[in-house]
Amino acid sequence: MNLVFRRNTIRSIHPMIRFSRLYFHPASLLGALLFLSALPGLAQDWIKTGTGLGVERVRIAVPEFKAANADPRNGELLKTFNDTLWNDLANAGIFDLVSKSFYPLGQVGSPSDVKFETWNAPPPNAAMLAFGNLGAAANNVTVQGWLDDVKNVSSPQVLAKQYSDSATTQAARTIAHKFADEIIFRLGGGINGIAETQIFYVSARGGRKEIWAMDYDGASQHPVTTLGTISLSPHISPDGSRLAFSSFTGSGWEIRMFSFDLNRLVSFPRFGASNLSPSWAPDGSRLALSSSRSGDPEIYIVDQSGANLRRITNSRGPDVSPVWNRKTASEIAWVSGRSGLPQIYIMGSDGTNVQAMTDQGYAVSPAWSPNGQFLVFSWMRHYGPGAPGAQDIYIMDVASKQWVQLTHDGGRNDFPSWAPDNRHIVFQSNRSGSLQIWSMLADGSNQKQLTTSGSNSEPDWSWK
Amino acid sequence: MKQLKLRCFALVFALGAILVLGACHKKTPPPPPPPPPAASAPTASLTANPETIDRGQSSTLTWQTANATDVSIEGVGAVQASGSQSVTPTESTTYTLSAHGPGGTQSATARVTVNAPPPPTPTPQTNLTEEQMFAQNVKDIYFDYDKADIRPDQQASLQADAAFLQQHPTMPLTIEGHCDERGSTEYNLALGDNRASAVKNALAAAGVSGDRMKTVSYGKEKPFCTESTEACWQQNRRGHFVYSK
Repeated sequence: MNLVFRRNTIRSIHPMIRFSRLYFHPASLLGALLFLSALPGLAQDWIKTGTGLGVERVRIAVPEFKAANADPRNGELLKTFNDTLWNDLANAGIFDLVSKSFYPLGQVGSPSDVKFETWNAPPPNAAMLAFGNLGAAANNVTVQGWLDDVKNVSSPQVLAKQYSDSATTQAARTIAHKFADEIIFRLGGGINGIAETQIFYVSARGGRKEIWAMDYDGASQHPVTTLGTISLSPHISPDGSRLAFSSFTGSGWEIRMFSFDLNRLVSFPRFGASNLSPSWAPDGSRLALSSSRSGDPEIYIVDQSGANLRRITNSRGPDVSPVWNRKTASEIAWVSGRSGLPQIYIMGSDGTNVQAMTDQGYAVSPAWSPNGQFLVFSWMRHYGPGAPGAQDIYIMDVASKQWVQLTHDGGRNDFPSWAPDNRHIVFQSNRSGSLQIWSMLADGSNQKQLTTSGSNSEPDWSWK
Repeated sequence: MKQLKLRCFALVFALGAILVLGACHKKTPPPPPPPPPAASAPTASLTANPETIDRGQSSTLTWQTANATDVSIEGVGAVQASGSQSVTPTESTTYTLSAHGPGGTQSATARVTVNAPPPPTPTPQTNLTEEQMFAQNVKDIYFDYDKADIRPDQQASLQADAAFLQQHPTMPLTIEGHCDERGSTEYNLALGDNRASAVKNALAAAGVSGDRMKTVSYGKEKPFCTESTEACWQQNRRGHFVYSK
């Protein structure tokens, strides 16, 4: 627990934008504050995410799980399990995975196999060891997993878990996700892992734009809707039971609602004109959306049932893409063209206290962090006819309006969405030559392409 | 680099060789003249003047032969050894002159091209459907980048549209707002909505009943043109009129 506490207190990121890459400041919070006050010129470049990103990472060894019996299916199941567990821990952003070439010989299938001195000293020099065994029997697969603090030889065990599920590779993946999330929860400051989360997005790979879903790592991509029209802006409800999106109906754009409980569309009122970009309040009771039913696109709030539609903005020009403060539910960020090019604004959820967050370029697609502290958004900071410039993802501290650029790799980067762990961001980018979904850590590192087939856009990360 | 040099040398050598061989060829003596034709073989020529006529007009065929005993033109019949004759073909025709003599047979051809008559005058506009008239007369309105205001240079189109729509007060229409590919999907849908409304409001101000006009935004979802050029982007920034019931 000491370890967890210590890591939780060190939370600073110091991005030195002049080097165009983020630089992780290894200092303590106190040091960071001193540095901040000493260099007021750099003050606007400071953010701290409060999630342990950028601190010294836990050095963890993950030897391949051992076959628990001689069942012939173990080979395939173990490969899926080991690959998934390794990738989940590598993706978490809080671990330094010890290279497998440093591991001692011999498999580690149970606590009695652990020789601490071969793990806690160089070359592996691991702080933590995750190990276990997997065995198929009859229709089931059983996995035993442990996490040991190998530097604490007298009382090493941090975690001991047993899982059982049907003997399929899909179940092996799921078990690996669950075990990875347990480790991440224990070593990552009590923040739940995201290995079992989902990403919803728009895919045109079938010709028409439909809503699709996939696992957080890009696995199991599958369609949710088959409406044969244009469907956009998927937003999953906080409890994961419903998906709100906007769909072209022939006469205009209407909010549609898909129920995962019923596995079909459920009724939602049609408001007429263009109804766009629905997003959920953090308690799931209300939606914010853009509607042009008055003749001009404005922000509205409506009950989750579709009742009680009420307008909260009144300004000429586009008002679109509202998102709630996911922590407090008392504020909404959105995009308005009221002053010309689109900019990010925030207001109270009753429409009061309108405040501009950006005042230059072309700023769109805000997403509020789960801890309420940050906005991410897409920004062409220098934009105009003849000088379109790059479109990149930025993170902004809401209280101070200090921002840091997170993508630097060219292309148009848009529609960022936060993972529930506050550490990961998913977004769309055409940097690879086609429009695809990418993920990254919230400091801009570890950028990975998740989709490759067709054109994919507007990702939305599930709330849990 | 070495390979490139070798290639250059090869190229220079090849060009040089062509020049030298070409020069050598010029020095070769001309071939001996062909032997004179056999005196007994017939000769024939046939021309048409003019070669192109409109239907109903005439052309004159003129022919000459030598060493022939039997001369005929296909489609005309047996003719003198030389002469001329007027023909009035109704379709493009190739005339073939055949000259038979003791030395053999010789033929010559001439073609008279007949132009088809001009197409009948188009049916008057009253035969157009209402939808075709709409498509011919109602002009789309184009917008500046990230703007939803009617540009001064679009006022003429707008006034003409308004006049036409007022003359045809029963025509129902939808105004589609479109945007170029730049910028964000959701913002462009809202901007397209503003563009469609701007066109609708301007037409309403010019006297067109608002009840007839529906609006819809396509944002950048249904582009007219898919190249990343300003010319293409301008094509996509528009209020597009669709005849709709």
